[in-house]
Amino acid sequence: MNQQLIIFFKALLGSCKDLLPIVLVIAFFQFAVLQQPMPNLGDIFIGLILVVLGLTFFIYGLEMGLFPIGESMAKAFARKGSIVWLLTFAFCLGFGTTVAEPSLIAVAAEAATVAASGGIIEATDISQNEYANGLRYTVAFAVGLAIVIGVLRIIRGWPIQYLILGGYVLVVIMTAFAPTWIIGIAYDSGGVTTSTITVPLVTALGVGLASSIKGRNPMIDGFGLIAFASLTPMIFVMAYGMVLS
Amino acid sequence: MDLLIEFFDTLKSTVVDVLPILSIILVFQLLVIRQPIPHIKQVGFGFLYVLIGLALFLLGLEKALFPLGKMMAEQLTATEFINPAGIADSALNWSYYGWVYVFAAAIGFSTTIAEPSLIAVALKAEEVSGGGIKANSLRIAVAIGVAIGIALGSYRIVVGHPIHYYIICGYIVVVIQTFFCPKMIVPLAYDSGGVTTSTVTVPLVAALGLGLASTIPGRSPLIDGFGLIAFASLFPIIAVMAYAQITHIRTRN
Repeated sequence: MNQQLIIFFKALLGSCKDLLPIVLVIAFFQFAVLQQPMPNLGDIFIGLILVVLGLTFFIYGLEMGLFPIGESMAKAFARKGSIVWLLTFAFCLGFGTTVAEPSLIAVAAEAATVAASGGIIEATDISQNEYANGLRYTVAFAVGLAIVIGVLRIIRGWPIQYLILGGYVLVVIMTAFAPTWIIGIAYDSGGVTTSTITVPLVTALGVGLASSIKGRNPMIDGFGLIAFASLTPMIFVMAYGMVLS
Repeated sequence: MDLLIEFFDTLKSTVVDVLPILSIILVFQLLVIRQPIPHIKQVGFGFLYVLIGLALFLLGLEKALFPLGKMMAEQLTATEFINPAGIADSALNWSYYGWVYVFAAAIGFSTTIAEPSLIAVALKAEEVSGGGIKANSLRIAVAIGVAIGIALGSYRIVVGHPIHYYIICGYIVVVIQTFFCPKMIVPLAYDSGGVTTSTVTVPLVAALGLGLASTIPGRSPLIDGFGLIAFASLFPIIAVMAYAQITHIRTRN
Protein backbone atom coordinates (compact mmCIF):
# COMPACT_ATOMS: atom_id res chain seq x y z
CA MET A 1 0.00 0.00 0.00
CA ASN A 2 2.76 2.38 1.01
CA GLN A 3 4.68 1.64 -2.14
CA GLN A 4 1.56 2.26 -4.23
CA LEU A 5 1.22 5.65 -2.59
CA ILE A 6 4.82 6.54 -3.37
CA ILE A 7 4.32 5.59 -7.02
CA PHE A 8 1.14 7.66 -7.11
CA PHE A 9 2.87 10.72 -5.66
CA LYS A 10 5.74 10.36 -8.08
CA ALA A 11 3.24 10.28 -10.95
CA LEU A 12 1.48 13.32 -9.47
CA LEU A 13 4.79 15.18 -9.34
CA GLY A 14 5.44 14.22 -12.97
CA SER A 15 2.08 15.66 -14.01
CA CYS A 16 2.86 18.89 -12.16
CA LYS A 17 6.08 19.15 -14.17
CA ASP A 18 4.17 18.53 -17.41
CA LEU A 19 1.83 21.36 -16.58
CA LEU A 20 4.40 23.86 -15.34
CA PRO A 21 5.26 25.31 -18.79
CA ILE A 22 1.63 26.28 -19.50
CA VAL A 23 1.29 27.95 -16.11
CA LEU A 24 4.51 29.89 -16.65
CA VAL A 25 3.52 31.00 -20.16
CA ILE A 26 0.08 32.18 -19.08
CA ALA A 27 1.41 33.95 -15.99
CA PHE A 28 4.14 35.68 -18.00
CA PHE A 29 1.77 36.96 -20.65
CA GLN A 30 -0.85 38.01 -18.14
CA PHE A 31 1.52 39.98 -15.88
CA ALA A 32 4.39 41.08 -18.10
CA VAL A 33 2.83 41.57 -21.52
CA LEU A 34 -0.85 42.30 -21.01
CA GLN A 35 -0.18 43.73 -17.52
CA GLN A 36 -3.42 42.61 -15.99
CA PRO A 37 -4.27 40.91 -12.70
CA MET A 38 -5.15 37.20 -12.73
CA PRO A 39 -8.96 36.85 -12.79
CA ASN A 40 -10.75 34.18 -10.70
CA LEU A 41 -7.65 32.87 -8.95
CA GLY A 42 -9.70 30.35 -6.99
CA ASP A 43 -11.23 28.78 -10.09
CA ILE A 44 -7.87 28.61 -11.80
CA PHE A 45 -6.31 26.92 -8.80
CA ILE A 46 -9.06 24.29 -8.61
CA GLY A 47 -8.84 23.78 -12.36
CA LEU A 48 -5.10 23.21 -12.21
CA ILE A 49 -5.49 20.62 -9.44
CA LEU A 50 -8.11 18.81 -11.56
CA VAL A 51 -5.81 18.85 -14.60
CA VAL A 52 -2.89 17.43 -12.61
CA LEU A 53 -5.07 14.70 -11.07
CA GLY A 54 -6.63 13.91 -14.44
CA LEU A 55 -3.30 13.57 -16.21
CA THR A 56 -2.01 11.29 -13.44
CA PHE A 57 -5.06 9.01 -13.61
CA PHE A 58 -4.91 8.96 -17.40
CA ILE A 59 -1.27 7.84 -17.53
CA TYR A 60 -1.94 5.28 -14.78
CA GLY A 61 -4.86 3.83 -16.72
CA LEU A 62 -2.93 3.94 -19.97
CA GLU A 63 -0.34 1.49 -18.68
CA MET A 64 -2.95 -0.65 -16.95
CA GLY A 65 -5.69 -0.79 -19.55
CA LEU A 66 -5.19 0.79 -22.96
CA PHE A 67 -1.70 -0.47 -23.78
CA PRO A 68 -2.31 -4.06 -22.60
CA ILE A 69 -5.65 -4.42 -24.44
CA GLY A 70 -4.18 -3.06 -27.68
CA GLU A 71 -1.22 -5.40 -27.52
CA SER A 72 -3.16 -8.46 -26.42
CA MET A 73 -5.62 -8.02 -29.29
CA ALA A 74 -2.77 -7.56 -31.77
CA LYS A 75 -1.17 -10.78 -30.52
CA ALA A 76 -4.46 -12.68 -30.61
CA PHE A 77 -5.07 -11.60 -34.21
CA ALA A 78 -1.51 -12.55 -35.18
CA ARG A 79 -1.97 -16.02 -33.61
CA LYS A 80 -5.31 -16.46 -35.32
CA GLY A 81 -3.65 -15.70 -38.63
CA SER A 82 -6.76 -14.30 -40.32
CA ILE A 83 -5.74 -11.21 -42.24
CA VAL A 84 -9.32 -10.48 -43.30
CA TRP A 85 -10.54 -10.22 -39.70
CA LEU A 86 -7.54 -8.17 -38.69
CA LEU A 87 -8.14 -5.70 -41.50
CA THR A 88 -11.85 -5.55 -40.69
CA PHE A 89 -10.96 -4.75 -37.09
CA ALA A 90 -8.47 -2.13 -38.28
CA PHE A 91 -11.09 -0.44 -40.45
CA CYS A 92 -13.75 -0.47 -37.70
CA LEU A 93 -11.30 0.96 -35.18
CA GLY A 94 -10.33 3.81 -37.52
CA PHE A 95 -13.84 4.56 -38.76
CA GLY A 96 -15.62 4.06 -35.44
CA THR A 97 -13.32 6.23 -33.37
CA THR A 98 -13.24 9.05 -35.90
CA VAL A 99 -16.89 9.37 -36.84
CA ALA A 100 -17.86 10.31 -33.27
CA GLU A 101 -14.78 12.42 -32.57
CA PRO A 102 -15.96 15.73 -31.01
CA SER A 103 -13.21 17.88 -32.51
CA LEU A 104 -14.03 16.53 -35.98
CA ILE A 105 -17.73 17.28 -35.49
CA ALA A 106 -16.79 20.84 -34.50
CA VAL A 107 -14.47 21.35 -37.47
CA ALA A 108 -17.01 19.89 -39.92
CA ALA A 109 -19.72 22.24 -38.64
CA GLU A 110 -17.36 25.19 -39.00
CA ALA A 111 -16.39 24.10 -42.49
CA ALA A 112 -20.07 23.96 -43.45
CA THR A 113 -20.49 27.58 -42.33
CA VAL A 114 -17.51 28.57 -44.47
CA ALA A 115 -18.91 26.76 -47.46
CA ALA A 116 -22.32 28.38 -47.01
CA SER A 117 -20.91 31.89 -46.65
CA GLY A 118 -18.75 31.30 -49.71
CA GLY A 119 -21.81 30.33 -51.72
CA ILE A 120 -20.58 26.80 -52.38
CA ILE A 121 -23.65 25.26 -50.78
CA GLU A 122 -27.02 26.77 -49.94
CA ALA A 123 -27.09 28.66 -46.64
CA THR A 124 -29.81 26.49 -45.14
CA ASP A 125 -29.54 24.20 -42.12
CA ILE A 126 -30.37 21.14 -44.20
CA SER A 127 -27.70 21.61 -46.81
CA GLN A 128 -25.15 22.67 -44.19
CA ASN A 129 -25.88 19.56 -42.13
CA GLU A 130 -25.63 17.43 -45.21
CA TYR A 131 -22.29 18.97 -46.08
CA ALA A 132 -20.92 18.59 -42.52
CA ASN A 133 -22.03 14.97 -42.31
CA GLY A 134 -20.57 14.23 -45.71
CA LEU A 135 -17.28 15.66 -44.54
CA ARG A 136 -17.38 13.65 -41.32
CA TYR A 137 -18.05 10.35 -43.06
CA THR A 138 -15.39 11.13 -45.65
CA VAL A 139 -12.79 11.73 -42.94
CA ALA A 140 -13.89 8.67 -40.94
CA PHE A 141 -13.67 6.48 -44.04
CA ALA A 142 -10.23 7.92 -44.79
CA VAL A 143 -9.00 7.09 -41.28
CA GLY A 144 -10.45 3.55 -41.47
CA LEU A 145 -8.64 3.03 -44.76
CA ALA A 146 -5.46 4.53 -43.28
CA ILE A 147 -5.37 2.00 -40.43
CA VAL A 148 -6.03 -0.81 -42.94
CA ILE A 149 -3.11 0.32 -45.14
CA GLY A 150 -0.94 0.80 -42.06
CA VAL A 151 -1.70 -2.68 -40.70
CA LEU A 152 -1.11 -4.22 -44.11
CA ARG A 153 2.24 -2.45 -44.21
CA ILE A 154 3.21 -3.96 -40.85
CA ILE A 155 2.23 -7.47 -42.01
CA ARG A 156 4.07 -7.18 -45.31
CA GLY A 157 6.99 -5.15 -43.96
CA TRP A 158 6.77 -2.39 -46.56
CA PRO A 159 9.06 0.55 -45.83
CA ILE A 160 6.95 3.43 -44.55
CA GLN A 161 8.73 6.29 -46.30
CA TYR A 162 7.65 5.38 -49.84
CA LEU A 163 3.99 5.15 -48.84
CA ILE A 164 4.00 8.41 -46.88
CA LEU A 165 6.05 10.30 -49.44
CA GLY A 166 3.79 8.95 -52.17
CA GLY A 167 0.88 10.30 -50.17
CA TYR A 168 2.57 13.70 -49.96
CA VAL A 169 3.00 13.78 -53.72
CA LEU A 170 -0.70 13.00 -54.08
CA VAL A 171 -1.58 15.82 -51.65
CA VAL A 172 0.56 18.27 -53.64
CA ILE A 173 -0.97 17.24 -56.97
CA MET A 174 -4.49 17.43 -55.60
CA THR A 175 -3.82 20.85 -54.07
CA ALA A 176 -3.30 22.14 -57.60
CA PHE A 177 -6.73 20.90 -58.68
CA ALA A 178 -8.87 21.16 -55.56
CA PRO A 179 -11.03 24.26 -55.02
CA THR A 180 -9.24 26.87 -52.85
CA TRP A 181 -11.90 26.97 -50.12
CA ILE A 182 -11.38 23.31 -49.22
CA ILE A 183 -7.56 23.39 -48.92
CA GLY A 184 -7.24 24.90 -45.42
CA ILE A 185 -9.90 22.59 -44.04
CA ALA A 186 -8.37 19.58 -45.79
CA TYR A 187 -4.90 20.27 -44.37
CA ASP A 188 -6.35 20.73 -40.89
CA SER A 189 -8.48 17.60 -41.05
CA GLY A 190 -5.34 15.48 -40.88
CA GLY A 191 -4.57 16.82 -37.44
CA VAL A 192 -7.94 16.63 -35.74
CA THR A 193 -8.70 12.98 -36.32
CA THR A 194 -6.49 11.35 -33.76
CA SER A 195 -7.99 11.54 -30.29
CA THR A 196 -6.47 10.97 -26.89
CA ILE A 197 -7.85 7.45 -26.53
CA THR A 198 -7.35 6.34 -30.14
CA VAL A 199 -3.65 7.21 -30.21
CA PRO A 200 -2.50 4.91 -27.38
CA LEU A 201 -4.74 2.08 -28.60
CA VAL A 202 -3.57 2.30 -32.20
CA THR A 203 0.08 2.64 -31.12
CA ALA A 204 -0.21 -0.45 -28.92
CA LEU A 205 -1.90 -2.32 -31.78
CA GLY A 206 0.94 -1.49 -34.18
CA VAL A 207 3.73 -2.29 -31.75
CA GLY A 208 1.96 -5.48 -30.65
CA LEU A 209 1.55 -6.65 -34.25
CA ALA A 210 5.13 -5.86 -35.18
CA SER A 211 6.48 -7.71 -32.16
CA SER A 212 4.40 -10.84 -32.78
CA ILE A 213 5.15 -11.20 -36.50
CA LYS A 214 8.51 -12.81 -37.25
CA GLY A 215 11.05 -10.59 -38.94
CA ARG A 216 9.36 -7.32 -37.96
CA ASN A 217 11.05 -4.75 -35.78
CA PRO A 218 8.61 -3.01 -33.40
CA MET A 219 10.53 0.25 -33.68
CA ILE A 220 10.69 0.36 -37.49
CA ASP A 221 7.44 -1.45 -38.31
CA GLY A 222 5.34 -0.87 -35.19
CA PHE A 223 5.06 2.90 -35.37
CA GLY A 224 3.52 4.72 -38.31
CA LEU A 225 -0.21 3.93 -38.05
CA ILE A 226 -1.02 7.43 -36.84
CA ALA A 227 1.01 8.92 -39.69
CA PHE A 228 -1.33 7.23 -42.17
CA ALA A 229 -4.35 8.40 -40.21
CA SER A 230 -3.20 12.01 -40.50
CA LEU A 231 -2.41 11.78 -44.20
CA THR A 232 -5.40 10.10 -45.88
CA PRO A 233 -8.01 12.57 -44.56
CA MET A 234 -6.26 15.39 -46.44
CA ILE A 235 -6.48 13.45 -49.70
CA PHE A 236 -10.09 12.42 -49.19
CA VAL A 237 -11.32 15.83 -48.05
CA MET A 238 -9.78 17.47 -51.12
CA ALA A 239 -11.43 14.79 -53.27
CA TYR A 240 -14.71 15.58 -51.50
CA GLY A 241 -14.28 19.24 -52.39
CA MET A 242 -13.51 18.38 -56.01
CA VAL A 243 -16.59 16.17 -56.31
CA LEU A 244 -18.83 18.87 -54.84
CA SER A 245 -17.69 21.63 -57.15
CA MET B 1 -21.32 20.59 -5.27
CA ASP B 2 -21.54 22.36 -8.61
CA LEU B 3 -18.09 21.03 -9.35
CA LEU B 4 -19.31 17.49 -8.75
CA ILE B 5 -22.23 17.96 -11.16
CA GLU B 6 -19.90 19.41 -13.78
CA PHE B 7 -17.54 16.50 -13.25
CA PHE B 8 -20.29 13.96 -13.86
CA ASP B 9 -21.43 15.85 -16.96
CA THR B 10 -17.89 15.76 -18.37
CA LEU B 11 -17.52 12.12 -17.38
CA LYS B 12 -20.75 11.31 -19.18
CA SER B 13 -19.63 12.92 -22.42
CA THR B 14 -16.22 11.22 -22.15
CA VAL B 15 -17.97 7.86 -21.74
CA VAL B 16 -20.13 8.60 -24.78
CA ASP B 17 -17.00 9.41 -26.79
CA VAL B 18 -15.35 6.17 -25.74
CA LEU B 19 -18.40 3.99 -26.30
CA PRO B 20 -17.74 3.29 -30.01
CA ILE B 21 -14.14 2.21 -29.28
CA LEU B 22 -15.25 0.07 -26.36
CA SER B 23 -17.98 -1.67 -28.34
CA ILE B 24 -15.64 -2.40 -31.27
CA ILE B 25 -13.10 -3.92 -28.89
CA LEU B 26 -15.74 -6.02 -27.13
CA VAL B 27 -17.40 -7.24 -30.34
CA PHE B 28 -14.10 -8.36 -31.86
CA GLN B 29 -12.79 -9.81 -28.62
CA LEU B 30 -15.95 -11.86 -27.98
CA LEU B 31 -17.07 -12.78 -31.51
CA VAL B 32 -13.86 -12.99 -33.51
CA ILE B 33 -10.99 -13.69 -31.13
CA ARG B 34 -13.34 -15.62 -28.80
CA GLN B 35 -11.05 -15.56 -25.84
CA PRO B 36 -11.44 -13.95 -22.47
CA ILE B 37 -9.48 -10.71 -22.16
CA PRO B 38 -6.25 -11.43 -20.27
CA HIS B 39 -6.09 -9.70 -16.85
CA ILE B 40 -9.62 -8.47 -17.38
CA LYS B 41 -9.89 -6.90 -13.94
CA GLN B 42 -6.73 -4.87 -14.36
CA VAL B 43 -7.70 -3.78 -17.89
CA GLY B 44 -11.17 -2.79 -16.69
CA PHE B 45 -9.73 -0.66 -13.93
CA GLY B 46 -7.27 0.80 -16.42
CA PHE B 47 -10.14 1.89 -18.67
CA LEU B 48 -11.95 3.34 -15.68
CA TYR B 49 -8.86 5.34 -14.68
CA VAL B 50 -8.45 6.59 -18.24
CA LEU B 51 -12.08 7.77 -18.31
CA ILE B 52 -11.92 9.45 -14.90
CA GLY B 53 -8.55 10.95 -15.72
CA LEU B 54 -9.71 12.34 -19.04
CA ALA B 55 -12.88 13.79 -17.51
CA LEU B 56 -10.93 15.49 -14.69
CA PHE B 57 -8.38 16.73 -17.21
CA LEU B 58 -11.00 18.25 -19.54
CA LEU B 59 -12.94 19.79 -16.67
CA GLY B 60 -9.77 21.34 -15.29
CA LEU B 61 -8.82 22.73 -18.68
CA GLU B 62 -12.29 24.24 -19.11
CA LYS B 63 -12.10 25.79 -15.65
CA ALA B 64 -8.58 27.11 -15.61
CA LEU B 65 -6.70 27.20 -18.86
CA PHE B 66 -9.07 27.54 -21.78
CA PRO B 67 -10.92 30.69 -20.70
CA LEU B 68 -7.70 32.46 -19.80
CA GLY B 69 -5.76 31.22 -22.84
CA LYS B 70 -8.55 32.13 -25.23
CA MET B 71 -8.95 35.55 -23.63
CA MET B 72 -5.22 36.11 -24.01
CA ALA B 73 -5.28 35.10 -27.65
CA GLU B 74 -8.09 37.63 -28.20
CA GLN B 75 -6.37 40.42 -26.27
CA LEU B 76 -3.00 39.91 -27.94
CA THR B 77 -4.56 40.02 -31.38
CA ALA B 78 -6.95 42.91 -30.60
CA THR B 79 -6.38 46.16 -32.44
CA GLU B 80 -5.92 48.12 -29.18
CA PHE B 81 -2.95 45.97 -28.26
CA ILE B 82 -1.33 45.69 -31.69
CA ASN B 83 -1.88 49.24 -32.76
CA PRO B 84 -2.38 51.56 -29.76
CA ALA B 85 -1.11 54.57 -31.67
CA GLY B 86 -3.75 54.17 -34.36
CA ILE B 87 -1.44 53.80 -37.34
CA ALA B 88 -3.17 53.50 -40.70
CA ASP B 89 -3.95 49.91 -41.78
CA SER B 90 -1.71 50.20 -44.82
CA ALA B 91 1.33 51.03 -42.66
CA LEU B 92 0.80 48.06 -40.33
CA ASN B 93 3.26 45.38 -41.36
CA TRP B 94 4.06 41.96 -39.93
CA SER B 95 6.60 43.32 -37.43
CA TYR B 96 3.82 44.90 -35.35
CA TYR B 97 2.69 41.45 -34.29
CA GLY B 98 5.87 40.48 -32.40
CA TRP B 99 4.15 39.40 -29.19
CA VAL B 100 1.71 37.28 -31.19
CA TYR B 101 4.55 35.15 -32.56
CA VAL B 102 6.13 34.82 -29.12
CA PHE B 103 2.77 33.82 -27.63
CA ALA B 104 2.13 31.37 -30.48
CA ALA B 105 5.48 29.67 -29.96
CA ALA B 106 5.21 29.64 -26.16
CA ILE B 107 1.66 28.30 -26.06
CA GLY B 108 2.48 25.73 -28.76
CA PHE B 109 5.45 24.45 -26.79
CA SER B 110 3.78 24.38 -23.39
CA THR B 111 0.49 22.76 -24.47
CA THR B 112 2.38 20.08 -26.38
CA ILE B 113 4.35 19.14 -23.26
CA ALA B 114 1.03 18.54 -21.47
CA GLU B 115 -0.61 16.65 -24.38
CA PRO B 116 -1.70 13.20 -23.05
CA SER B 117 -1.55 11.36 -26.38
CA LEU B 118 2.02 12.53 -26.95
CA ILE B 119 2.93 11.28 -23.47
CA ALA B 120 1.45 7.90 -24.45
CA VAL B 121 3.44 7.61 -27.68
CA ALA B 122 6.64 8.84 -26.01
CA LEU B 123 6.32 6.25 -23.22
CA LYS B 124 5.77 3.50 -25.76
CA ALA B 125 8.74 4.68 -27.87
CA GLU B 126 11.02 4.65 -24.84
CA GLU B 127 9.86 1.14 -23.94
CA VAL B 128 10.18 -0.26 -27.47
CA SER B 129 13.57 1.34 -28.15
CA GLY B 130 14.88 -0.09 -24.88
CA GLY B 131 15.59 3.39 -23.56
CA GLY B 132 17.49 4.45 -26.71
CA ILE B 133 14.89 7.15 -27.19
CA LYS B 134 14.13 9.12 -24.06
CA ALA B 135 10.44 9.95 -23.63
CA ASN B 136 11.18 13.44 -22.37
CA SER B 137 13.65 14.31 -25.11
CA LEU B 138 11.16 13.16 -27.71
CA ARG B 139 8.43 15.30 -26.16
CA ILE B 140 10.69 18.35 -26.08
CA ALA B 141 11.65 17.82 -29.73
CA VAL B 142 7.99 17.57 -30.73
CA ALA B 143 7.13 20.64 -28.64
CA ILE B 144 9.87 22.69 -30.33
CA GLY B 145 8.43 21.60 -33.68
CA VAL B 146 4.93 22.70 -32.69
CA ALA B 147 6.28 26.02 -31.35
CA ILE B 148 8.02 26.82 -34.64
CA GLY B 149 5.02 25.58 -36.64
CA ILE B 150 2.44 27.71 -34.85
CA ALA B 151 4.64 30.81 -34.84
CA LEU B 152 5.22 30.43 -38.57
CA GLY B 153 1.53 29.70 -39.12
CA SER B 154 0.62 32.94 -37.30
CA TYR B 155 3.08 34.84 -39.46
CA ARG B 156 1.39 33.33 -42.52
CA ILE B 157 -2.02 34.54 -41.36
CA VAL B 158 -0.57 38.02 -40.74
CA VAL B 159 1.04 38.35 -44.15
CA GLY B 160 -1.71 36.42 -45.93
CA HIS B 161 0.41 34.01 -47.96
CA PRO B 162 -1.37 30.94 -49.39
CA ILE B 163 -0.98 27.98 -47.03
CA HIS B 164 0.06 25.38 -49.56
CA TYR B 165 3.42 27.00 -50.36
CA TYR B 166 4.47 26.56 -46.76
CA ILE B 167 3.13 23.03 -46.42
CA ILE B 168 4.71 21.89 -49.69
CA CYS B 169 8.09 23.39 -48.70
CA GLY B 170 7.76 21.55 -45.38
CA TYR B 171 7.10 18.30 -47.27
CA ILE B 172 10.24 18.81 -49.33
CA VAL B 173 12.27 19.24 -46.14
CA VAL B 174 10.69 16.05 -44.73
CA VAL B 175 11.60 14.13 -47.89
CA ILE B 176 15.24 15.27 -47.78
CA GLN B 177 15.51 14.48 -44.05
CA THR B 178 13.99 11.03 -44.54
CA PHE B 179 16.92 10.02 -46.71
CA PHE B 180 19.58 11.23 -44.30
CA CYS B 181 18.30 10.49 -40.82
CA PRO B 182 18.61 7.16 -38.94
CA LYS B 183 16.01 4.71 -40.33
CA MET B 184 14.82 3.76 -36.86
CA ILE B 185 13.28 7.14 -36.13
CA VAL B 186 11.39 7.65 -39.41
CA PRO B 187 8.04 5.98 -38.51
CA LEU B 188 8.04 7.56 -35.05
CA ALA B 189 8.77 10.97 -36.54
CA TYR B 190 5.89 10.62 -39.02
CA ASP B 191 3.62 9.58 -36.15
CA SER B 192 4.57 12.54 -34.01
CA GLY B 193 2.93 14.85 -36.52
CA GLY B 194 -0.48 13.40 -35.78
CA VAL B 195 -0.34 13.08 -32.01
CA THR B 196 0.53 16.65 -31.18
CA THR B 197 -2.76 18.22 -31.96
CA SER B 198 -5.49 17.05 -29.65
CA THR B 199 -7.10 17.90 -26.35
CA VAL B 200 -4.96 20.75 -25.08
CA THR B 201 -3.49 22.32 -28.18
CA VAL B 202 -6.40 22.53 -30.62
CA PRO B 203 -8.82 24.81 -28.69
CA LEU B 204 -6.14 27.36 -27.79
CA VAL B 205 -4.56 27.35 -31.22
CA ALA B 206 -7.96 27.68 -32.90
CA ALA B 207 -8.70 30.72 -30.72
CA LEU B 208 -5.40 32.27 -31.75
CA GLY B 209 -6.01 31.68 -35.45
CA LEU B 210 -9.55 33.00 -35.26
CA GLY B 211 -8.44 36.07 -33.28
CA LEU B 212 -5.69 36.88 -35.75
CA ALA B 213 -7.83 36.37 -38.81
CA SER B 214 -10.61 38.59 -37.48
CA THR B 215 -8.32 41.50 -36.45
CA ILE B 216 -6.08 41.78 -39.47
CA PRO B 217 -7.57 43.89 -42.22
CA GLY B 218 -8.31 41.85 -45.32
CA ARG B 219 -8.40 38.43 -43.61
CA SER B 220 -11.55 36.43 -43.18
CA PRO B 221 -11.80 34.41 -39.96
CA LEU B 222 -13.66 31.69 -41.80
CA ILE B 223 -11.02 31.14 -44.44
CA ASP B 224 -7.72 32.30 -42.91
CA GLY B 225 -8.52 31.02 -39.43
CA PHE B 226 -7.89 27.46 -40.58
CA GLY B 227 -4.46 26.08 -41.17
CA LEU B 228 -2.61 26.47 -37.87
CA ILE B 229 -3.27 22.83 -37.00
CA ALA B 230 -1.69 21.77 -40.29
CA PHE B 231 1.47 23.68 -39.35
CA ALA B 232 1.43 22.09 -35.90
CA SER B 233 1.27 18.61 -37.45
CA LEU B 234 4.03 19.15 -40.01
CA PHE B 235 6.84 20.79 -38.07
CA PRO B 236 7.14 18.14 -35.32
CA ILE B 237 8.07 15.61 -38.04
CA ILE B 238 10.96 17.84 -39.07
CA ALA B 239 11.95 18.49 -35.45
CA VAL B 240 11.96 14.81 -34.43
CA MET B 241 14.09 13.80 -37.42
CA ALA B 242 16.46 16.68 -36.69
CA TYR B 243 16.69 15.53 -33.07
CA ALA B 244 17.55 11.98 -34.18
CA GLN B 245 20.15 13.28 -36.58
CA ILE B 246 21.80 15.47 -33.97
CA THR B 247 21.97 12.61 -31.45
CA HIS B 248 23.32 10.33 -34.16
CA ILE B 249 26.10 12.74 -35.12
CA ARG B 250 26.91 13.39 -31.46
CA THR B 251 27.30 9.70 -30.55
CA ARG B 252 29.45 9.09 -33.63
CA ASN B 253 31.94 11.79 -32.73
